[in-house]
Amino acid sequence: MTQTSSLHTLARRAGAATPPVVAARVRGLSDRAVAWLFITPTMLLLLAINVFPLIWTIRLSFTNYRANRPNAPLRWVGLENYTSILSDPDVWHAMQTTAHFVVWSITLQVLLGFGLALLINRQFRGHGLWTTVILLPMMLSPAVVGNFWTFLFQPQTGLFNHVVAFVSGRDPSSFQMIGDVTLAPWAIVLVDTWMWTPYVMLICLAGLRSIPDDLYEAAEVDRAGPFRRFWSITLPMVLPFLMLAVLFRGIENFKMFDMVNLLTSGGPGSTTEVASITLKREAFEKWRTGYSSAFAVILFVTVFGLANIYVKVLNGVKQR
Amino acid sequence: MSGATPIPPRAERWRNRAAAAAVIAYALITLLPILWIVQTGFKTPPDSIAYPPKLLAEPSLEGYVNLFTTRSRQTPEYIAALPPADGWVDRLVRSRNMVVAGPSKFGQRFVNSLVIGFGSTVLAVFLGTLAAYGFSRFKVPLKDDLLFFILSTRMMPPIAVAIPIFLMYRSLGLTDTHLGMILLYTAVNISLAVWLLKGFIDEIPREYEEAALIDGYSRLAAFRKVVLPQAATGIAATAIFCLIFAWNEYAFAVLLTSGEAQTLPPFIPFIIGEGGQDWPAVAAGTTLFLVPIVVFTVILRKHLLRGITFGAVRR
Repeated sequence: MTQTSSLHTLARRAGAATPPVVAARVRGLSDRAVAWLFITPTMLLLLAINVFPLIWTIRLSFTNYRANRPNAPLRWVGLENYTSILSDPDVWHAMQTTAHFVVWSITLQVLLGFGLALLINRQFRGHGLWTTVILLPMMLSPAVVGNFWTFLFQPQTGLFNHVVAFVSGRDPSSFQMIGDVTLAPWAIVLVDTWMWTPYVMLICLAGLRSIPDDLYEAAEVDRAGPFRRFWSITLPMVLPFLMLAVLFRGIENFKMFDMVNLLTSGGPGSTTEVASITLKREAFEKWRTGYSSAFAVILFVTVFGLANIYVKVLNGVKQR
Repeated sequence: MSGATPIPPRAERWRNRAAAAAVIAYALITLLPILWIVQTGFKTPPDSIAYPPKLLAEPSLEGYVNLFTTRSRQTPEYIAALPPADGWVDRLVRSRNMVVAGPSKFGQRFVNSLVIGFGSTVLAVFLGTLAAYGFSRFKVPLKDDLLFFILSTRMMPPIAVAIPIFLMYRSLGLTDTHLGMILLYTAVNISLAVWLLKGFIDEIPREYEEAALIDGYSRLAAFRKVVLPQAATGIAATAIFCLIFAWNEYAFAVLLTSGEAQTLPPFIPFIIGEGGQDWPAVAAGTTLFLVPIVVFTVILRKHLLRGITFGAVRR
């Protein structure tokens, strides 16, 4: 403490006494050299493990390469992989499944997360402890979560089926969350919502806490009712935060692989086969490396494009 | 919301109680699956799949014993002919007509998770701190583009990058090695490390370093003796985030490791007993896997928000 405060006074005195040029003429390496020395290793690592593989993927996407036959003659096929992906009904099915998953899981997380944030923001006694408890699921490994939910969803013996049976009075073995064609897409939405609602909640809570009290006091003076206050103060102030949460969840859920792979592995049939699972099948089970590389490029461009459009909209909202 | 509210304090108190009740109800429901898994780890295999599920079962360590050992089934005559059981583990296993054949792979996979988790965290935080300081303090050409590029590496679906990395690692001999996984997780974590640490370092007043520079320190010495101690909390929080990511990661682990360097997430779901998944053992493994995360979450509470938004929201 004493060291920092003495530094602080020293800094103030030095700042008053010396022109800023002095700071630039220091011993040892020049600032320029230090900057490059510090930044280059990170850039090299990212070039080796992110950029180089990405370029390789793009290159492979124009070939008929198969990773399980590395010695087969390599043939350039032009845009053939791309055209066959865009006309493949399985791919469109996977995109629809992904869209269903992304839209519903995020809608539920926004409603629940925002609701919880409003409640926690009342700062009742013990809210800190309960907030930490609520946050736990999002810190867990999605793969391990997907795996243990298969246990909870067992129709005969699973906790989930028995809780639903207890509440609704139905027979616990009358429905199968992950074996049923209509329920399975909702099973992955449910588990994702259980896991990530706290994420949206935490970000909304930050938004709520950023609202200055005097805004509400001014509204009191104007005799604005609780609904009016919510619509014209709370919601617009929290919206940028909420949109940020939606952006992060959107990117993550679009890429979703681990939780779904262990919960349903795309089944039954292909009812929960989200894009990443189709990609894994093509790349590591059917070994159509060229074809799956093209699919990977399409997915990456889609995420990147959607995220960029979204950020533009988000900045528009922030500026209002 | 201060004293200016016209709502009578009594009504306000009741509303607070209702809010508390709703939040606590949600917290308990959300905690239920986790508690159920922890409890399943202390059930016997028959109790774990009883119909209807047993809320209270006699606690047993069979799941943990099965998690750490491999066993072979023997005839009762063979077991009767053995010398007396050595300790409670032997007695428990023999009561199921089995003998311990050796340790399971769980311990080795746990060590792999630790080595790869800590290895990649140390590297990512080391490189990330340097880069974050560079971006925070110096005029770097195309700074915003470079920072956005670092962030965008996180937008790629892991499976998409896994194809060429799989090919690259195969030709370099890095498949299923600790080094390969450490490098890979470092590359994934470094975007988070740079963005978080840049935020933390931006908050340290430049005057501290400038004073040190005037005192005759070199830039590197000022970084080491002035900036690093000030950034210690931020570095620790970043490290825990990187560690959690590496600890939890599944997609790369399942595609690029199979034995030597396999971590826990691809291993735990495939703990098999006789006739399918051995749920108490899976639950025991899951519990041991989750304990460090729970501890970290409690430690990280204050920095959680910042970590999950790449430093975009700082409270």
